[in-house]
Amino acid sequence: MADESKDIYFVQGIPVPDTPLPGKEPEAWQETNVVGKRLPRVDAYERVSGSAVYPSDVHLPNMLHGAILRCPHPHARVRNVDTSAASRMPGVRAVIRGTTPEADLVWKKDAAGEMRLFDPHCRFEGEEVAAVAAETPYQARDAINAIRVDYEVLPFVADERRALQAGSPPVHSKGNLSKSDTYERGDVTRGFAAAEVVLEESYRTECELHTPLEPHGCVASWEGRSLTVWESTQGVYAVQSRVAEVLKLPLARVRVIGHYMGGGFGSKLEAGKYTVIAALLARQSARPVKLLLTREETYLAVGNRPPCNMTLKAGVKRDGTLTALEFTCLATGGASPAGGTSLVDWLIRDLYTCPNVRTTLTDVFTNAGPARAFRAPGHPQGAWALEQMMDALAEAVGMDPVRLRLKNMAAFSQAREGNPAYTSTGFRKCLEQGAAAFGWEKARRETGAQAARGHMRRGVGMAGCLWVAGGGRPPSTVIVKLFSDGSVNLNMGASDLGTGTKTVMAMVVAEELGIKPEAIQIENADTGTTQYATPSGGSKTVPTEAPAVRNAAVQVKQKLMEMAAAALKTDVSELAYQGREIVSRRDASKRIAVKDLDALKRQGVVVGVGYRGPNPKNKVVNPFGAQFCEVEVNTKTGELKILRFVAAHDSGRVMNRLTYDNQVFGGITMGIGLAMTEARILDAGQTGKMVNRNWHDYKLPTALDVPADITSLPIGPADAEANNTGAKGLGEPVTIPTAAAVANAVCHATGLRITQTPINPLQLVQRLAERRKEG
Amino acid sequence: MPRKNPTTGPDGLTRRGFLTSMGTGAIGVAASADLFAAGKEAVDPQVMPAGRTSKVVLRINGETHVVLAEPRWTLLYVLREVIGLTGAKPGCERGECGACTVLIDGVARYACLTLAAEAQGSEVTTLEGLMDGETLGPVQTAFAEADAFQCGYCTPGQIMAVEGLLRTNPNPSAEEIRRGASGNLCRCGAYKHIFEAAHRAAELKRGK
Repeated sequence: MADESKDIYFVQGIPVPDTPLPGKEPEAWQETNVVGKRLPRVDAYERVSGSAVYPSDVHLPNMLHGAILRCPHPHARVRNVDTSAASRMPGVRAVIRGTTPEADLVWKKDAAGEMRLFDPHCRFEGEEVAAVAAETPYQARDAINAIRVDYEVLPFVADERRALQAGSPPVHSKGNLSKSDTYERGDVTRGFAAAEVVLEESYRTECELHTPLEPHGCVASWEGRSLTVWESTQGVYAVQSRVAEVLKLPLARVRVIGHYMGGGFGSKLEAGKYTVIAALLARQSARPVKLLLTREETYLAVGNRPPCNMTLKAGVKRDGTLTALEFTCLATGGASPAGGTSLVDWLIRDLYTCPNVRTTLTDVFTNAGPARAFRAPGHPQGAWALEQMMDALAEAVGMDPVRLRLKNMAAFSQAREGNPAYTSTGFRKCLEQGAAAFGWEKARRETGAQAARGHMRRGVGMAGCLWVAGGGRPPSTVIVKLFSDGSVNLNMGASDLGTGTKTVMAMVVAEELGIKPEAIQIENADTGTTQYATPSGGSKTVPTEAPAVRNAAVQVKQKLMEMAAAALKTDVSELAYQGREIVSRRDASKRIAVKDLDALKRQGVVVGVGYRGPNPKNKVVNPFGAQFCEVEVNTKTGELKILRFVAAHDSGRVMNRLTYDNQVFGGITMGIGLAMTEARILDAGQTGKMVNRNWHDYKLPTALDVPADITSLPIGPADAEANNTGAKGLGEPVTIPTAAAVANAVCHATGLRITQTPINPLQLVQRLAERRKEG
Repeated sequence: MPRKNPTTGPDGLTRRGFLTSMGTGAIGVAASADLFAAGKEAVDPQVMPAGRTSKVVLRINGETHVVLAEPRWTLLYVLREVIGLTGAKPGCERGECGACTVLIDGVARYACLTLAAEAQGSEVTTLEGLMDGETLGPVQTAFAEADAFQCGYCTPGQIMAVEGLLRTNPNPSAEEIRRGASGNLCRCGAYKHIFEAAHRAAELKRGK
């Protein structure tokens, strides 16, 4: 991996400015009054009352509704677009297509070449062909249906396993190989020669789609030459930079607002064409335009977790020592260079001590929707292979799976240059304490295929993980303003995806300034009024923003102390900040309430500016985790029920125990989706089209699919070296080991090693029947 | 290969015929509700021109709203874009996710699968209708306290589903809560906290 700070996916392709150094940072908290407690969200009222305004809810006077016509073929060339009938239809106020002069724009340039906003060469089903705006969304849809397009339908390749075969239609003129990467350390041949057991297995994870509940989209409105966009996004600055670039506008004339957003999971880290299209429709009609994608469009065109075809060969000694790992992955980012194999091998390279490792990644083009980062890119797929292999190795050498993992603990990051140490690693504790909380050894003995009677079989399984990022880093600038009445305004650029970012930041301010979190008004995610922030993603939002928030709050506190020292005619070093009051340590009668500070009254407001300081040099900040689960398999019907989960995660300091647990439960739920229910299905043989582009046919886990019995077990302590809050990332590691843990539990219950997702009744019944035939 | 005839179902209806009769049925509902505005041109009852609106009277959260709506407009669209009640959310607009759940005569329904015209004569309750002035209702309070959401976009629908459940079953078991919540998707995966909130809401409603 090259320079991680520049290459990591959540800042790819966007400008990232530097942040000034913060100067001396506060010491780590010893005890906390607010941070770490169970605090309902500061915006809970807005979210449960219906008063939170999501981009979907924005309603402007004279607003029109936009809709996009998308290519129905996986591969086609647009010969002609006839919009004449559409533009005459009732309510239609704007129509644009590739030949409309103001819409004839370059969308992006990448390794595959230049892509236009309405590109005449459509390389996946769902590429944008034309768009309209009308008085109602119904009229807009009518007009879309009235547009006549002459397509030259081209041969396609929808299955990545065939993309490199001779005769496969090329997605791009240079061929279907997007990228190939190799990584090597040590000598795997010697490593396998030194092994006493060598196993090899193939694995596949199906393509997953993000489908956040709020569809992608925005409301776009012009005032003169300035554009304002209310966008459902993880990063307002990422959207601003792309929209300004494509429309050739100064950054200052593009304001992007994203106060609330209904989920992203990586698919809203970047801008989409829809925002530029909405802006163009709004310009042509001189009216604001709301353009929210339909659910079907979100399946086709705004990202996915790539399908991965993996092989893993592993060598181990009888005592459990890993000697070699050799891994391959063939995957596709779809029709664009979109990181089809990004980070899939990271766990193989870095989770366990192994001197000899070789990985080969092949990313190919297919005529399918481009991938986008999806919660812990690459990691759940890699864990699916590695963590099932670890269980198979454990069985082969007669070791407990937890013990085999403990035997191969990594003391430092082997995959990074110079083998830097981790600032903290709680992996051992996650395994040991997680196993204890789960009752692992007893459950392992009492369940499982051997002990089972009848057709209902129980089993337990586990898997471990780390997450390549999650340390946070500059830049971040945060402003805290304390008004003369003691109320506080917190201004930061970061979006709150629903992870509870705003609440955690309010808790940090409350901790430092001794005020109630609800006294803090938060202004965030608005390029017009808040400071630059990188998109919220990579499990880096809390460890990036919270230290800057703390620095800003500490600066406010310092200024108040200086005011108090002047008022009390004493030295700052003598004073203690007690929230409401500032008190002399030597003479308790010398005290003054913050609100009574004359200097504060005169000034009206005290402003603190906090910057995110650099991470420790030559060290790596990563979260770790281990999950344990118990399942029940009906061997007659193939039904799989998950009975319970224990999730032990080392993410440093717990900032808010309530939202922390919620993240853990959510990560497990999403992991259950990968394991059991989710798979994009393309009609690769005949039409190349996606056949399950809705939530009926592409099934998310529902309330009936997740266990109520999930235990979240935070593994401490705070990471004092990572940053001034001690927090590491949480949102992504919690979904990495889940699917592999389920597969291991199914194997324990049935003796069947299921190497392909999803483990649904269809697959299980088939595998159980095959085994009965084999007798 | 010879083309097959359309399959005929056990009741003698072809699939195409069934769809046609469905379509006529929907127009029939609209016509019986006197939705056609009086116009000079003769209107083919089989073909509704787009853009033709007519009066629809809706009872929402105890108030009467008279709106002009096309017969094809859903209750969800009228609630959000005409009346301005944006609590109910569009997630799929085809009856899959439940983000648009409202109560119709006390029963949880998907507003995206209900035409505005169909809701005439019924009492519609939206998320906003659970408020007592600016004070949260018991289910809303329970959701806030239990942190029964993450992004909050599915939350209005989840709350209405639990409200609907508790109106028919004030003391649901854990399994009944899971079933009651199973028509509403939460991609953030806050189900465990939703179960806890539903349990707590039942207690709050019973005055505990």
